[in-house]
Amino acid sequence: MKKVGKTDPQKLYEDIREQAREWSQSRQEKPRVLVGTATCGLAAGALQVKEDFMREIEAKGLDAEVIEVGCIGHCYAEPLAIIAKPGFPPVCYGYLDEGLVHRLVEDFLAGDDPSYEYAMAALERNDEFPTFEDFPRGVYEEKLILEHCGHIDFGKIESYISRDGYSALAKALSGDPGRVLEEVKAANLRGRGGAGFPAGKKWESCLENGEAEKYIICNADEGDPGAFMDRSVLESDPHLVLEGMILCAYAVGARQGYLYIRAEYPRAVKHVREALEQAREKGFLGNSILGTDFSFDLEIFQGSGAFICGEATALVNSMEGKMGMPESRPPRLVQEGFRGKPTVLNNVKTFAYVPLIINRGADWFKETGTAESPGTAVFSLVGKVNNTGLVEVPMGTTLRQLIEEVGDGLPNGRQFKAVQIGGPSGGCLPESSLDVPIDFDSLHEAGAIMGSGGLVVMDQDDCMVAVARYFLEFTQHESCGKCTFCRLGTKHMLDILTGITRGEGDAETLELLKELGEDVRDGSLCNLGRTAPNPVLTTLRYFYDEYKAHIEEGRCPALVCRDLILYYIKPSKCSKLCNVCVGSCPTEAIYTRDDGLKAIDQDKCVKCDNCRKACPTEYDAVIRLSPPVLPAEKERKAK
Amino acid sequence: MQLMEGEREEILACVKEVLGENSKTNENLIPILQQVQAKLGYLPALAMEKIAEGLDAPAADVYGIATFYNQFRLNPPGKHEVRVCLGTACYMAGGNITLESFERRMEIKEGETTPDRHYSLDRVACVGCCSLAPVVVVDEEVEGKATPTRVDGIMLALEEDRENTGKQESEEGEKSGQN
Repeated sequence: MKKVGKTDPQKLYEDIREQAREWSQSRQEKPRVLVGTATCGLAAGALQVKEDFMREIEAKGLDAEVIEVGCIGHCYAEPLAIIAKPGFPPVCYGYLDEGLVHRLVEDFLAGDDPSYEYAMAALERNDEFPTFEDFPRGVYEEKLILEHCGHIDFGKIESYISRDGYSALAKALSGDPGRVLEEVKAANLRGRGGAGFPAGKKWESCLENGEAEKYIICNADEGDPGAFMDRSVLESDPHLVLEGMILCAYAVGARQGYLYIRAEYPRAVKHVREALEQAREKGFLGNSILGTDFSFDLEIFQGSGAFICGEATALVNSMEGKMGMPESRPPRLVQEGFRGKPTVLNNVKTFAYVPLIINRGADWFKETGTAESPGTAVFSLVGKVNNTGLVEVPMGTTLRQLIEEVGDGLPNGRQFKAVQIGGPSGGCLPESSLDVPIDFDSLHEAGAIMGSGGLVVMDQDDCMVAVARYFLEFTQHESCGKCTFCRLGTKHMLDILTGITRGEGDAETLELLKELGEDVRDGSLCNLGRTAPNPVLTTLRYFYDEYKAHIEEGRCPALVCRDLILYYIKPSKCSKLCNVCVGSCPTEAIYTRDDGLKAIDQDKCVKCDNCRKACPTEYDAVIRLSPPVLPAEKERKAK
Repeated sequence: MQLMEGEREEILACVKEVLGENSKTNENLIPILQQVQAKLGYLPALAMEKIAEGLDAPAADVYGIATFYNQFRLNPPGKHEVRVCLGTACYMAGGNITLESFERRMEIKEGETTPDRHYSLDRVACVGCCSLAPVVVVDEEVEGKATPTRVDGIMLALEEDRENTGKQESEEGEKSGQN
């Protein structure tokens, strides 16, 4: 596409950026408080913290601004805020509450004491306080697409532009669309939705298709339980994704695109909607973008909560108002996609890398990560690990580094047991697999998949059979019902697993389970069915003994499966003076025996674990027994 | 579920309005269902029938779509909606036991609404704040670390509201009676 002559997109952009920088500089003259209000922050009470800041600042009559930003990434310490005061490095504070807010406003904003004793880290190098890069997590982390998350004001496009946002678009529009494609191909950017298909190749096939009408779709139907990377990027830095999509449209020659966002992410929808309006106002979207004859617009389509719609063909079907059932491929979407036209469908993160690659070049991108999987991987690190949160590490980092260094290990010296990677379609890897480097191919070999990036750490208190059952219950419920193997096979597998958690079955049961799993894997059309048995097959492979203990001894080694355990108060440890367990019981199952000690009425007990958690550590009298047999006692008087 | 007084008219008016705002193609079926649900809070059978008529599609297709996607609910929401997260992190932290505690206290199963429509109870796949597991969403508020012991506390606050509204209504009733 050629320029319309007079206007030079680069020049036009530079004027817009100049304005944005002026705006940004005038804003930086006074102190600012950036409160992280992504969904996880909100859940931890970020809005209250924001109100507290505003009230305290007003009470002191200070001239400071309180701004909502997205996810800062350190979810374990929510609510979080960054205070940027001229003359000081910006400092990040965690675990905020009313008292701490009061103190920070009084000492730091009104006074000049940054209260470093409450700070987590500074955000710029300085002589006074360490930055995040100085901690183990910072050493391993390398933020590419998360660079601005939590630092920019998602509600103001100027905030993005002042940091060179949309400069990749201006650069691309000054040249030939072919150069965008060449750069993305040269960077070997692989799709971040999980399968790792090269994005450049996909775009090229779409371009080569002669049709005039083409579509771009961003897949933000992040349905994996325990994963929130796409949500965080969309909520915290929406323009990065929009810019990537516009660049893609320019490369393949599309005029219309859609963002397919899950209905469970109302905040992401809101932020993207605002971002779209602002991008249109500035001329980055709509007719003749930046004065050129390239036109492209974007719309939001809200998904309706079906996990299967993360599958490309199912997603397109659902956009066309049908049930979200996958189709057999070929024809691929790039040949025949939305409304039967060639369509490029990529994940949120894939698009987010594109502006960076165009700006800094393919060679820069390939410096990070491995030869086959360049770039970074974004994970939501959750489960039994100290530093839960959103992390971005170079491809090729090992799981051990990710869990022990970035995640700071397991809390309270707990024993690592397994890591579940890739969501319900992924697998559970044991200790022995921890040195596997994280990239598309190595994880596949180990039996797991990269998936979209959910990573759940499990310890000795997690039962692998129960975990496998949980994931299978999820995929079974989400199976669209098209293929017999997936529809009936997963149901039968679920029944077997449920039986095992009750101690039913024999050696043949496990054989059958494995066989069924392999059949479902081979006999299903789409990746939901093909990967659904993964959690079961990997746990059978790595944790066979645990399955055996359930069926042969009626024992759950992790003391989780409720049909195989009972709660018992050890009389020798119980203190007569303490009533904590009685109060903690939601079903009034705990009573005081005639001798003053406590005991549990097994008929009423729902095994909620409250009494065990409530029992003071100096007694630790509540224990779980598996198999569920009450010990014989000398004195068991009537209630 | 039994329709309340005046609900039938409300449903008919709502469907008519939404159908008027959208072009009547199958591609708009999901957005239409979303809009109707946003207005009514759920998809009553009557609304689905009328939408099918409006789009000239078999009612079974509309019902199929409505039951295929998790977002659509066929039961009216309670005055207070409780949604228990059963994402991986929440499940491992005992979210299912929290759900059972709610079921016990509300005397309904997940996916149901109490007959007086005061409570509805649902499960949700993942709210996306896994570091606060187990998580419960009460109306629009996200409650972190919602262990079974917290269920009684959460229910107490909701019960107080029920008693207060009950009182107000009876007071209003008395007033209008006096007038």
